[in-house]
Amino acid sequence: MPTQQIDYMTTTIKSIDTLQDLLRERLYVADRGLATAIYLALKLGRPLFLEGEAGVGKTEVAKVLTDVLDTELIRLQCYEGLDVHHAVYEWNYSRQMMHIRVLEARGERVEEKDLFSAEFLLRRPLLQAIENSNQKAPVLLVDEIDRSDEEFEAFLLEILSDFQITIPEIGTIKAERPPVVVVTSNRTREIHDALKRRCLYYWIDYPTFEKELQIVTAKVPAASGELARQVTAFIQELRKGDLYKVPGVAETLDWTAALVALDQKRLEKSIVEETLGVILKYQDDVEKVMQSDVGATLARINVMH
Amino acid sequence: MAENSSNLLHNLLLFGRLLRALGLDVNLGRMIDLVQALDHINIGNKGDFYHTARSLLVHSKEDIPLFDEAFELFWRKPTEEWTTLDLRALGEKRRFRKPAFIPPPLKKPKESASGTNGDTSISEDEPPVVQATLTYSEREVLRHKDFSEMTGEELEEIKRLMKALVWRLGMRPSRRLRPGRGTQVDMRRTLRRNLKFGGEVLYWEHRDRKVKPRPLVIIADVSGSMERYTRLLLHFVYSLSEGLEQKVEAFVFSTRLTRITRQLHDRDVEEALRQVARQVPDWSGGTRIGDALKTFNYKWVRRVLGQGAVVLLISDGWDRGDIDLLGKEMARLQRSCYRLIWLNPLLGSAEYEPLTRGMQAAMPYIDDFLPVHNLASLEDLAEHLKQVDDHRPVRRQDKAASRLL
Repeated sequence: MPTQQIDYMTTTIKSIDTLQDLLRERLYVADRGLATAIYLALKLGRPLFLEGEAGVGKTEVAKVLTDVLDTELIRLQCYEGLDVHHAVYEWNYSRQMMHIRVLEARGERVEEKDLFSAEFLLRRPLLQAIENSNQKAPVLLVDEIDRSDEEFEAFLLEILSDFQITIPEIGTIKAERPPVVVVTSNRTREIHDALKRRCLYYWIDYPTFEKELQIVTAKVPAASGELARQVTAFIQELRKGDLYKVPGVAETLDWTAALVALDQKRLEKSIVEETLGVILKYQDDVEKVMQSDVGATLARINVMH
Repeated sequence: MAENSSNLLHNLLLFGRLLRALGLDVNLGRMIDLVQALDHINIGNKGDFYHTARSLLVHSKEDIPLFDEAFELFWRKPTEEWTTLDLRALGEKRRFRKPAFIPPPLKKPKESASGTNGDTSISEDEPPVVQATLTYSEREVLRHKDFSEMTGEELEEIKRLMKALVWRLGMRPSRRLRPGRGTQVDMRRTLRRNLKFGGEVLYWEHRDRKVKPRPLVIIADVSGSMERYTRLLLHFVYSLSEGLEQKVEAFVFSTRLTRITRQLHDRDVEEALRQVARQVPDWSGGTRIGDALKTFNYKWVRRVLGQGAVVLLISDGWDRGDIDLLGKEMARLQRSCYRLIWLNPLLGSAEYEPLTRGMQAAMPYIDDFLPVHNLASLEDLAEHLKQVDDHRPVRRQDKAASRLL
């Protein structure tokens, strides 16, 4: 396996520690393990496969990495039925038609190879990522791959292992500078092993209280220290409970932002009950939390933290 | 120095072998990747070394705890000092767990039928001759006989007949397109076909939706009250997962839910069922359907019920758990799947009415309520499954809503 040495990566990111600091500067708090996986993905030129519950910051990794590398982010949102024409390339039919007409008007013959040339190609995210001519390799984010179907996975396999794309009419296009690939999955279904095997795998867990508090204070600086602490502790309590859909870090941040917008300096029972909809997305869950004693939970977390 | 690194390599390879022995998908290529990766990190830092090895060698959350144990062992002792005991201790946790209950093997037909067969030294591999000797009417009787009243040899016969059943589950339209007579225009092919007309489109090519089989999820009750049916129903589950082209996910429960999909993959049905028996901790225990369904709803629904899945729930509805919980979880389950089919072995007897509290609570949320007590009922089921797509089940919204309040 060829090791892609990309100078700016080796010069700026010398160690896992540097990377961790760079991420933190950009308000992303990464565990040592996650930083190691990202670091290796850069050094070994391999895709990074991130799995975890919704809202733990998988997509964010790609975004912040783009910023660290000061490059372009190419994003492919997966969905069922995603096919080559939407993910890789499509021919620009209207331009082809025009071309035929123009030639016809001049009385020239249309050659098929002229018609199916790079000029008439619409580049979709995967082709863009492979064919880029920039100085810096882009970051390619293949988001929520579990939403796509098996056919697409098989297709992705070729691209991720060789960083090349074959278009029958044109030939094989190989990446000069392979993109940094981040694949995310919410695990609504199992992804085939063959694909995972080509990647570095990391499972992102819900953060600990300390880590989540860091994230909240970094991302929502307007929140008072007390509010941030209470919100984090409250969410951590909810995660221990028996909920159908457990709130992720994204919900913690949304909630904090919402409370700040409502000018709250601290959590009160009434305001928790009014804003539960921000963190709980199922009616059953809302009812369950309402029935449990919100006041007692608040008192408990105030003692604990 | 050179000796050091070759020593490390040696140890790494041993580590790899250990992981493989534990069932992780680790091969030489992966180990070479690991050696390459180690160039980039400080091997002296245990944490970094751990995460490097883990991100390369593990690619499923389930395998992480196993990897952790192996890693601890690897780090604690030089590999030369590993004892077979250490290795076995690791392996035991995963593989050699004592089965809580192994269903008793059924009597081999030849044991009881030895009277008719003078030669008792027939090898076990030889295909039994029972089938050929059954007349049409005998087979008809067998088809309608309740599973629980069958003798050992009849059961063997049923298993064979069950294998012959053809399973096909309804299709669903996928989002993928293929050339066909649909309404979508296939521009690529249209353009090619009309090239010669100089920019005039005379013929349109079309694309059509591809159809895909629906995923099937089976949740089977193996509690005490189902005991007489359990063994055969597991055979039935096995033949379904073998016979269908799509993925089949299988779970069993009595007081708690166990996923048995992986165990069913064994080629040999008896071996597969032995594995299942080993895996299930609460064989023939009490029944807590509500709890089992709750576990399923919370832990598995998002992973296995995508893409319009059909759910087969096999149980007699004797529930000793929380009835309200059962109703609530049934409601949720029904909302999460395309069709919820409940198979009840008791439904076979004419005088049965679903009066048990469990059944009463569950009834409003069942799309199809079918018997599963004899071969004829299985055949009917096979026919029914083929047609699940003809029309969506009619579900009344207010029922589900009022239940929640």
